Formats: sequence, C-alpha cells, structure tokens
Amino acid sequence: MNAPTFSAKDFRSDVKPVWCPGCGDYGVLSSIAKAFADLELAPHQTSVVSGIGCSSRIPAYTNTYGFHSIHGRALAVGAGLKLARPDLTVLVAGGDGDGFSIGGNHFIHACRRNVDMTYVVMDNRVYGMTKGQPSPTTEADWDASAMAPPGGTGVTPFHPLAIALASGANFIARAFSGDTNGTAALIAEAIRHPGFSFVVVMSPCITFREEQRDWKNVVRQSGFPATSDPAQAARRLMTDDGFNMGVLYRGNRDSFVKPRSTECSIADLDAEFAV
Amino acid sequence: MTISSGSVSIALCGSGGAGVMTAANMLVDAAAQAGYYALFSRSSGPQIRGGEAAALLRLSAEPITSVDDTFQILLAIDWLNVARFAAELPLNGESLILADPAAGEVPEVLTRSGARIVDLPMKDLAQTIPGGRPNMIALGVVAALIGLGVEPVAEVLGKSLKKKHADAFEASLAAVRHGAETGDSLVANCRKLHPALPRHGGRWTISGNHAAGLGAIRGGIRFCAAYPITPATESLEYLSAALPKIGGVFVQAEDELASINMCIGASFGGDASITATAGPGLALMTEGLGLAVSSETPVVVLDVQRGGPSTGIPTKSEQSDLNIALYGLHGDAPHLVVAPQSIGDCLFTTQWAVHLAEAMQAPCIVLSDQSLGQSRAVIDPAAASPFFANREIARTPEEGETFKRYALTNTGVSPMPVPGTPGCQYTADGLEHAESGTPSSQASDHFRQLDKRLRKLVLHDYGPHWATIEGEGEIAVITWGSCTGAAREAVHRARADGVNARLIAPRLLYPIRPEEMARALDGVRRILVVEQSHLGQFNRYLRGEYDLPARPDLLSRPGPLPIRPGEIHARLLAMGK
Repeated sequence: MNAPTFSAKDFRSDVKPVWCPGCGDYGVLSSIAKAFADLELAPHQTSVVSGIGCSSRIPAYTNTYGFHSIHGRALAVGAGLKLARPDLTVLVAGGDGDGFSIGGNHFIHACRRNVDMTYVVMDNRVYGMTKGQPSPTTEADWDASAMAPPGGTGVTPFHPLAIALASGANFIARAFSGDTNGTAALIAEAIRHPGFSFVVVMSPCITFREEQRDWKNVVRQSGFPATSDPAQAARRLMTDDGFNMGVLYRGNRDSFVKPRSTECSIADLDAEFAV
Repeated sequence: MTISSGSVSIALCGSGGAGVMTAANMLVDAAAQAGYYALFSRSSGPQIRGGEAAALLRLSAEPITSVDDTFQILLAIDWLNVARFAAELPLNGESLILADPAAGEVPEVLTRSGARIVDLPMKDLAQTIPGGRPNMIALGVVAALIGLGVEPVAEVLGKSLKKKHADAFEASLAAVRHGAETGDSLVANCRKLHPALPRHGGRWTISGNHAAGLGAIRGGIRFCAAYPITPATESLEYLSAALPKIGGVFVQAEDELASINMCIGASFGGDASITATAGPGLALMTEGLGLAVSSETPVVVLDVQRGGPSTGIPTKSEQSDLNIALYGLHGDAPHLVVAPQSIGDCLFTTQWAVHLAEAMQAPCIVLSDQSLGQSRAVIDPAAASPFFANREIARTPEEGETFKRYALTNTGVSPMPVPGTPGCQYTADGLEHAESGTPSSQASDHFRQLDKRLRKLVLHDYGPHWATIEGEGEIAVITWGSCTGAAREAVHRARADGVNARLIAPRLLYPIRPEEMARALDGVRRILVVEQSHLGQFNRYLRGEYDLPARPDLLSRPGPLPIRPGEIHARLLAMGK
C-alpha cells in the first residue's frame, strides 16, 4: 500500500492568522506548506518551532507538531527536538528580532553545531508585534519609529547571511515572500540539504515599513550558481546589494548527530559505584 | 540508629602537590574496604589547580549523613594559607593536631581551641624510605591512630598502584608501614573507630552529583542539555559519559537559556529530559521553566546550590536558592520543587523528580547543594525504587473525534502525544490557549487552564516520600535538604539526653501538603527551624505556606560553614528545659 500523500492544504490549520492584511508572512506560510507537500512529507512527521513575534505565530497556522516557544529560543527548542527525534522534519521559523537580537547567540551556535534542521527567518527589518521599533537588520538611518532618534539609530545592520557563513551554516539562501513558488522551492531544498540550512525570506511589513512594498520591484534571481567555496560565498555576500535571491552557499559538512547505543544496562551503571 | 560517638573525623591539610587528597581518597577507600562508612568533602580555594586544600573526613561503623561538631585529628603537612579555611576546622581539647615541625609553628587560630599538639616530622620520616612521600607517612599514622590498621590501606594501594607502578607501590607501602609504626608509638591517645559491623551486601562509594545523575537515568532520563557550572559539573560529566551508553543523548549547550529550551524541545519530542545547573544558571532558566509550565512539557532541573547571590561563592554550599526555585517564575506558574536529604538520597529524589515531572507534565526543580553534590560517601547501595517516567500518552483519535491537547480532565493531566502520531498534531504554546492549544486571551480559557495546571499538582498522590518524619515529642525540628542529616543526629543526641524531639524534613517543597503537615505536627508545641541561608528563606516559606502551631525558633546561617549537629542539639536542650 502506498503511503497517503498530502497537499499543501493538509499542512495548514484553520486558525486565522493575526497578521495584518498584506503581510509578507502569509506568503511564507503558503511556501512552507507547499515545500512540505512537495517533499511528500506527512503533517504528523513534521514540526514547526518558533519563538516570539509576528512571524513566530506561524506554528499554530500549520497542521504539524508545532511549538510556539519563547522569545529568541526557537533554535534551542528545535535542536533539542531534532536531536531527540532525528526521524522528524524540524523547521524553525521566526523573525529578525527573535533570531538575530535576543536569539543571536543561539543563531551562531546553531550554525556551528550543524544539526540537520531548517531555519526560515522572515526578515522585515522591524519589530512589528510591538508596533514598529528598529531591529538588528534595520537600516541605520530609519527613523519612522517612536523608539528611534531622528536620523535613525546610526547602528550598522546585522548581516545574517555573512554571519551564518562565518559560523558554519551548511546551506544559505535568500528568498522573497512575494514569490511563493520560488520560496517554497528554496525551503524544500533547504530541508533536503543535510545539516543546518538557513533561509532568509524578505517578508515586507507594509504596516510599519510601507516602503518595503517596493521590494517586489527590486528583487532578482542571483545570476550565480550556488557555490560550495566559503571564500567565494563570503565575497558575494559582502558585495551584493541584498536583493539577489536563490541558493548562495551549499556546504558539505556532516550533520551533527548523537549516536545512541544500548551497550549498558542500569545494573552496569550501578556497578561502577560498588566498593 | 544513626552514627554514634564511634565515628572519627579527620582533617588533612596541605598545599597543592602535598598529596593530601590522594591520601584522603586512599583512607576512605581503605575504610570502605574494611567495612566502614565514610563521608569525604574537600575544602579548596579558588585556584583552578592546586593551591591550599583540606580533606575533611568522617569515618564510622554506622551510616553517616552529617559532618561532626569537631575533628578528632587535624594532620597538616604544611600550613599554607590555613587561615583561609581555619573556620572550617573546628577543634576542641580532645582533638589532636599532628604537625610537621618543619612547616613552622602551629597557627594560633588553631591552637586556641586547646587541641593537643604532637610533632610529627613527616618530611624527615619520608626521607628514610627510598621514594617515600610525606602524604603516605601521614596515611600510615592516621590509619594506626584510629585503629584501622595498615592492611586495608595496603590492599587499596595494591589495587591502585601495584600493576602499573610497582616501584611506587613498594615505596608507598613502606612509607605507610613506617607511618603506622610511628602512629602506634605516639603516646597521645585518640578516639578509635568501633569495630566494623558485619556487612550485608556490598557498599557504594558515590558523590551526590553522581548519585543524582544515576537517579535521573534510573528514572528514565534519556536527554540532557547543559552548560558547565560549579558545583554541578560532575553531574554533567557523569551524564555525558553514561547517557550515550544507555540509549540517551547528552549535548553541551551554548548557555543555560539553550540548555533548558533544548530539554523542552527534546521532552516535547518524547524523551524524558534533565538539565543541571547552579544558582546563576537557574536564574537564566526561569523563563524557560515558565514555558514548560504553560506548554505542560515535563522537564527536570537539578540545581546544585552554592553561595549566592550573583557569582557568590561557587565552591561552597548554601541553601539560598529556595526562594527562586519556589517563587522565581513570572505569572501564576505552579511547578514541582523537591530536595534530596543526603548524598544517597540524591539518587532517590532525582529519580522521583523524573517520575513526578513526567506524571504531571510539569517542570520539577531538584534542590541539591554543593555539600551533597561534591562530597563522596561510602553508603549502602541504593535500593531500587518504583518511580519511572510514565507519561500519559495520547493515541490517534477515533474517526470523527478531535484531539485536544489541553483537555480539561478531572485530574488536570491531559494525554500528551509523541510527535509522529497521526491525528494528534497540536501547537505547544507559551501563549495562553484553549483546550485545543489554539492561542486564546479569553478570561474563561485563562482561568480554566490556570486551574488545570494547578489542579494536577495538588491532586497528585505523593505518598510517604513527601517528607521524612521521625520520632515524636512536643518539639519539632523542621529542616530540609542537606541540613537533614545534622538535624537527625541532633535529635538522636537530644533523645539520649532525655529531650524528645521529632524531625520533619519535607522532600517535596512544592506543591505544599497542608493535611500531611498538620498530621506531622500533631501534638507539637515548639518548633525549631534549621536551614543554611541568611534571610531564613525556609522559615519564611514555612510560615507563609503552612499553619504552624507556634512561631518557630530559627537556627539559620548562610554558608559556607555547615550547620553542625552540636549546634542544633544545644538549641534542642535549651528548648527542652
């Protein structure tokens, strides 16, 4: 008997998202569901783990084993889950504030550790849930926020893709939420690739960053094939304008796995303490 | 029966490289070989390696769960920085100070105790033996003085040295024999060990940190993520070696925030999970613990307490994490808090904690401390106990039924699926939620879920393990954790003096057990609370949470000095007048 196959719809719940009309995250939700379906996964064998923020609401909108955890800690929850259950497909999702500010340390170490899971960050360069504060990826001169001084924070934005590369991520891609099929394809490839895969999805927040409506006019497919040479990938990442979409780096490190043996019994462990 | 005046307490002092820890370890092993029980702790400074150190031992023919009031023997190979830990070396007129005259005068801070001083030229004696070392002379002297004799020491030396280092074995044995002859010739008398009792079955030698690790595994723990921290690290070292051999996983996390959240992720995946830490790490984990409460994900946190606040005194013991363990989570967040009462009990209590956390799908904090965790004891082997991880598992629902992860059951416990089970997909959430798990900010959902999460803890049957209750009398000593051993010994001494007191030591600190405590206190007119904190945290907890028949007297002192049985005994005698 063939295992039943599932459509993208089977990966969606009937919970209505809290997102604003026009939010890029709707597209990412569709892309994730499509990627799971295209990979012929089953909803009960997939897991979507998140932290806190607009985009981190996503697990409840899926029909998977979801975990909506706490701010910044999604990668830790996801790594624990994947190490305990290598048989599950674990996708961690969230936003730029969750992943790169409060969760920045976990991001670096998740890249280093290289557990076989996929991290999708919906980057809109703003804290939306708290109504529009600058995030680590916000441009230094953006000042349309009650919390930013006139002229902006003056703080250089974080470069997630370059940091992922430097920290050891095994797959790095950039996507645009408006291109749901393209994003789904990149997410599917990220899931298939062994080790820690990182996909930044440019996902406009038209409520607090209305100018991001223009992203659809400036994004383009990267003209380069993906490289497995970190030096070449670093040069490209540090010199591109941030609008090249596609797979930017494809590494060949082995996934971090924890073999379990059953060579010992409790009695063996007890015996270690006998006088 | 517990320990009697037949025990002997010995302190061995010397700077790094003098070999006092080696000598002390061999003395404990030899005593264990000969059928004695032992308790061995070490006082060391902040140095990473070496530095001044003291090995603190108590040996007895009967089980030991407490330090004694004084040391019968203080043997010093040198006096380097002794002032730093002199307060941890209480002596009296019965005590014997054995000191190498080559190391200079015995410091006044020790002589003022009235202890007898005996010159013991260990360095000179060692030089008469080719390859002999002063620490082996010391080992021989002490073995002779306390009546242990050379033979068990020779056996231990043989086991550790004979095969690989035959020369060192011969030299060490000769030095031990020479030391023993010297010890036998000393005119100063010293308290001797009572003859060892016939042994039934074997003995174990184990530290509290190892015992907690083994208890965790016995309870069913198969996942640990943790970050190194003193004084919990030995538990992690143990688990990192043992878990992969028994079908488990150990991960070193990048920090304590990752530790607790990895454990939550693994537990969500179906593995019973533990992390171990100390106060600073527990502080970092509190947000994660709140997530475990809200998402109803079982997890165990072993907190090996040390002096606080902040970095405090990492290498010394204190019972001052009680407040954060009980009350440190934001929101109304009912969870489990338990505390082991001896080194051996670290095994039982941690195993029990795994069972409780899993049965109630809630976080359980185990409050051990440095004095339990990093001390080694010779004990009777830990008996098997029936407490295992036994999570109530959800199965695929029948056709037409909808799975509700947070269903409002009578017990408050709702079945939890293992991811991979068809038809039970849900989202675990730190957001308040409806029965289905869907986020909800409705008053009715909030109230019902809060009530469910409290109900499951309150309704659980904890059985007799909730507390140690011993003896009777109108006076009750109420204590917890590592102070239990000293309190027990004090109660026994007081009884011998005609003062009847009972011992009440809750192993379960949260949730409270009002009915059981009322029964334990039946007939009590006076209470002495004993704890090791500056604020009297346990006393405040007792008075805030329980109806007590009298305002308690309080014996509370911060670490690092242990609370000794004699102090409690004196208070009991005064109360019994």
